[in-house]
Amino acid sequence: MLAMNYRGPYRVRTVERPMPEILHPEDAIVRVTRTCICGSDLHLYHGMVPDTRVGSTFGHEFTGVVEEVGPLVTNVKVGDHVLVPFNIACGKCNFCKQGLYGNCHESNTMATAVGGIFGYSHTAGGFDGGQAEYVRVPYANVGPTVIPPDMDPDDAVLLTDVVPTGYQAAEMGGIKEGDTVVVFGAGPIGIMAARCAWFFGPSRVIIIDHVDYRLEFAKNYAKCEAYNFKSMDDPVVFLKKTTDWYGADVCIDCVGCEAEGNALQTFTGKLTLMQAGAATALQWAINSVKKGGIVSVVGVYGPPFNYVPIGNILNKGITLRANQASVKRLLPRLIDHVQSGRLNPKGLITHRVPLEEISEAYRIFSSKLDECIKTVLIPSTKS
Amino acid sequence: MNNQNQDFKNIPGWGMDIDPDNEPTYPIKNYTGDDHKRSNYEKAEQQPINIELLKSNERPRPSVVFGTSAPPSGLSGAIRRYAFKHSEDRYRHWIPLILADRINAWEGIIDDFKKGSFPDIVKERGWKSEFRYNPVNMIGKAAITLAVGGLVIKYLCKRK
Ligand SMILES: [Zn+2]
Ligand SMILES: [Zn+2]
Repeated sequence: MLAMNYRGPYRVRTVERPMPEILHPEDAIVRVTRTCICGSDLHLYHGMVPDTRVGSTFGHEFTGVVEEVGPLVTNVKVGDHVLVPFNIACGKCNFCKQGLYGNCHESNTMATAVGGIFGYSHTAGGFDGGQAEYVRVPYANVGPTVIPPDMDPDDAVLLTDVVPTGYQAAEMGGIKEGDTVVVFGAGPIGIMAARCAWFFGPSRVIIIDHVDYRLEFAKNYAKCEAYNFKSMDDPVVFLKKTTDWYGADVCIDCVGCEAEGNALQTFTGKLTLMQAGAATALQWAINSVKKGGIVSVVGVYGPPFNYVPIGNILNKGITLRANQASVKRLLPRLIDHVQSGRLNPKGLITHRVPLEEISEAYRIFSSKLDECIKTVLIPSTKS
Repeated sequence: MNNQNQDFKNIPGWGMDIDPDNEPTYPIKNYTGDDHKRSNYEKAEQQPINIELLKSNERPRPSVVFGTSAPPSGLSGAIRRYAFKHSEDRYRHWIPLILADRINAWEGIIDDFKKGSFPDIVKERGWKSEFRYNPVNMIGKAAITLAVGGLVIKYLCKRK
């Protein structure tokens, strides 16, 4: 079968690989119908995530048809068209039982902080991902969810990560009626967070980024205010000013460790790797929120230390809330939002690329070329 | 880009998920009271371990399932084995892993050679798209590379 293959920073290709096999009685093998490249795949692509081994296959956002199931799989059957949440979760540990599917204790041997994630380095369990024709799906009784018959598969594939992560980012902000919400980062997750924020009743949603085409897209898609921080003297002062010198009620970081916008952070975090990437977005979020406000983080940060203004978290009494999205917990609600037409996930998709052209697809997304927001890869074996 | 004047209450779904009880001072979870049972819950059977598995030393046994995508190999594998002797709390876990990743990329190139092929790096890096959509940047980078390369060659020739 054909699969994406990581060769080192900025180098990926497709190769022939052996078919995945059932390795555990609760496994399923899924023939991929659609898979996406995610902004967080770029951290892998750039070589920022430790223990990303050459030869591994990325891809944690995919839909597919169940081809084969292990003897203990009962929730899905051969022939089902399923969407597969990016978290690998056992459904039995105490965290899963509490709905914290992103924090499963039985899906990642290589680390205890993060749960298992498809195609997301050995730090997240060393699982092969969905940017392939076929993929092994562990714990098939828990994650895979049959796509409702009336749902567009393009919407379904975005329910594996982008929609739940954006939604949970807004949910973790504890947004109350009338709040002003600031979202940092106008990538797919940031745009989705801004769109979902409205479900919680704010009066203003503001998105901040440095790329004009992304801001234009965000403004139309998420119906929010959109500003380019490159045209500002100081984004923190700008945000204070636009909130009557008070600060935003809720700040959401949808950027993570490869932020633009601060020379010192870029030097220490991205160029010299003295810290795990540039934490600029988190710094701005903490410094732009009101006293007693809430900062919600879904951007990916690396394991070693970051120069985060922790003192300000204390001084300001900020609640900092962060997690990988617990996709399965949110799916019923989000499927309802999509089916009722309140949310249009596939509106984010700008590029559709055959799996064979993966290197170009990564480059286009990574370099923000051709006004790319979200890319869907289609294996040629799709039905 | 300001569009503050729209009536936000007309946005489809506005306010419908608002939850006055979502007071974010605890994680979003359904409290079950099971936390103090720690790891004593019913587990699925263990996935057979028939590859070399490096595991975090913050847990005494492997998780029930694990990925088998790329077992450690070569020099990078040796460094990874060292890294996994130390916990996720330590630099001596993460920094060696990053080093191993860099070495692993070179091992991949050597591996390609051994299999009789030279990696098509222009294609792997997607330079076709960079040239198509961002030619100025691409030509600039190429010019700098050529200029620096030229200076190095000139310097080396002088030294002879
Ligand atoms: Zn993703
Ligand atoms: Zn679990």
